[in-house]
Amino acid sequence: MSGVEAVPRLEAPAAGRERRIAALRGLGRSLAIAVISLGLFIALSAVVGEYRDLQLADGAYYFAAVLGLTLVVGYGGKISLGHGALMAVGAYAVALLVADEHWPLAGAIAAAAVVAAFVGLVLGAAASRLHGPYLAGATLTFAVALPQLGNRFPETLGGENGLTINPPAPPGFLGAGFPPERWYAWVAGLGAAAVLFFVLNFKRSVYGLRLRACRDDEVAASLCGIWVSRTQTLSFTLSAACAGVAGGLLTVVLQLAQPGAFPLELSLSLFAVAVIGGLGSIWGAVWGAALLVLLPNWTHDIANSLSLSGNVAYNMPLMIYGVLLVAAMLLWPSGIQGALRRLFLYGRGKLSGRRVRNQPLTEQGSAS
Amino acid sequence: MTQFLNLTLNGISNGAIYGAVALALVLIWRATRIVNFAQGAMLMLTTYLSSAMISGGSPYWVAVIGAVGCGLVIGALVELVLIRRVENAPPLNAVIVTLGLLVFIEALAGMIWSSTPRSYPAAFSIQGYKVGSTRILFSPNDTFIVGMVAVVALALALLFTRTNLGLRLRAAAFAPEVARLLGVRVGRMFSIGWALAAGVGALAGVLVAPSTFLGPHTFDPILIFAFAAAVLGGLDSPLGAIVGGLLVGLVLSYVSGYEGEALAPLAALGVLIITLMARPTGLFSAARERRV
Repeated sequence: MSGVEAVPRLEAPAAGRERRIAALRGLGRSLAIAVISLGLFIALSAVVGEYRDLQLADGAYYFAAVLGLTLVVGYGGKISLGHGALMAVGAYAVALLVADEHWPLAGAIAAAAVVAAFVGLVLGAAASRLHGPYLAGATLTFAVALPQLGNRFPETLGGENGLTINPPAPPGFLGAGFPPERWYAWVAGLGAAAVLFFVLNFKRSVYGLRLRACRDDEVAASLCGIWVSRTQTLSFTLSAACAGVAGGLLTVVLQLAQPGAFPLELSLSLFAVAVIGGLGSIWGAVWGAALLVLLPNWTHDIANSLSLSGNVAYNMPLMIYGVLLVAAMLLWPSGIQGALRRLFLYGRGKLSGRRVRNQPLTEQGSAS
Repeated sequence: MTQFLNLTLNGISNGAIYGAVALALVLIWRATRIVNFAQGAMLMLTTYLSSAMISGGSPYWVAVIGAVGCGLVIGALVELVLIRRVENAPPLNAVIVTLGLLVFIEALAGMIWSSTPRSYPAAFSIQGYKVGSTRILFSPNDTFIVGMVAVVALALALLFTRTNLGLRLRAAAFAPEVARLLGVRVGRMFSIGWALAAGVGALAGVLVAPSTFLGPHTFDPILIFAFAAAVLGGLDSPLGAIVGGLLVGLVLSYVSGYEGEALAPLAALGVLIITLMARPTGLFSAARERRV
């Protein structure tokens, strides 16, 4: 059914002028969504305090990373456990360029995207030929292996202590008393909005459509003339660029890039919240990023109020990810967003109760 | 030259461990066509349990047997409670369930035993043998490790080829429908396969723990090295797992000896990618063609 739904859209853009107008309209729509999201984000940061500003900043770069991941896993149907390592690539790129080469921040983050995209290209070239558990194992190995390079080349990459950058100062026109935390949040928010704009466009574009066609049925897609491996490699490349931006923003917020910031748990957590949030939808990435930021806070508070030990507080979020990941697979593969969507559709009487167990991860063909 | 010899010996003893864990992965792959990414976490858990038994005053050998026993139980439970529900789902779902289990078990161990690694006793002396006047990097304990893995591999080979249970296990793995028609209880065979695998993993855990120490995350690298070994061996072949383990052990030992330990996981990634690109069915696989 999914392929049938997709086909009319493949043919839809008519020739010449109409097509250009449709493309421009789509571009405008993505831009509007990104700008409005950024506006809401900035308004939110004006309401909350300085401590919450840092959380907002965390949320913004996690959002960028999870969005990148959802590009590969949700739209592409390929698993990647290596996005924490791709974030590390972006983080180190920004740290090196800002600290050593004195690049401006925006240029450094753009460069981080390019460097990470290149790594993603190499990874994707291998990944497009691998399936299921093989790909999972290869990307898992990648996630463990890559951050170790920091320890191997301590002269350039700073070893265990990593690299530090000077805290980026808020520009003068914001006034002298402007809290730096809020500035970090704004920078991260701007970066995340750029990634959002990019992903929205990609999703709408013919490349996004091809990618989803490959996910739903590789054989049928290649019969339609889609070059499957090239499409999937492209998705890995772009997804890595998103992760690179996320890593670069992390360096801006923490002013630090070190191997310890990119353990295997980061890669696994990113993957977990992408699945739990709901693969293949922008909102799923929002829920995922919110979960990454808020869950550690809540468990910390709960552990404090129950006077549990620090071990429990520190490990509780991971434990919850683990439980939710298993539960989601057994009971609800489409995640939070899938649940909300069904609730919404059910409320409008468009859906009857239907068995959902053992279904694919994304609601296939629903041009979400 | 001495260094080369030492690295080779070290590679053999590490490789035996990787081979054992790879064997566990292969057993599960053969039974249910799932790569168990929680294998490292499961053997970490059983090793912690046996460490707790030792602190509680029980002798070393009892603790080792306890670890293997816990492994058997945990393996069967995981198959019964979790894996059976995703057996007919798309393969990605099963992968994600084992990843969820990995995250869960590591967090659980971190909660109970904190993330600071602790030591674990060795069965025999870890002082290297003396050859002439130089001490080589191969100890009585390493001999024990290699011997133990060889015994387990041999026992499993006998189980699979010479016993009735082994025949049923193979039948359930290769042709579940036909086996079921012939009266093999396929579900139970899958549980036994998982239990055996987790038992082998548990043994590997107590063997490797003296040299890696015991922490919630210390076995993450072992898992990926073992995965590389299993893929190198073909993921379908128990003999391939052992040989793959030894090869990966040697490669990693040379790389970390000459180029630094931080590059070992990258070398494993290299082995994995080269295998998958050049010979996706592995060195020992019987299968002619398979999508990887």
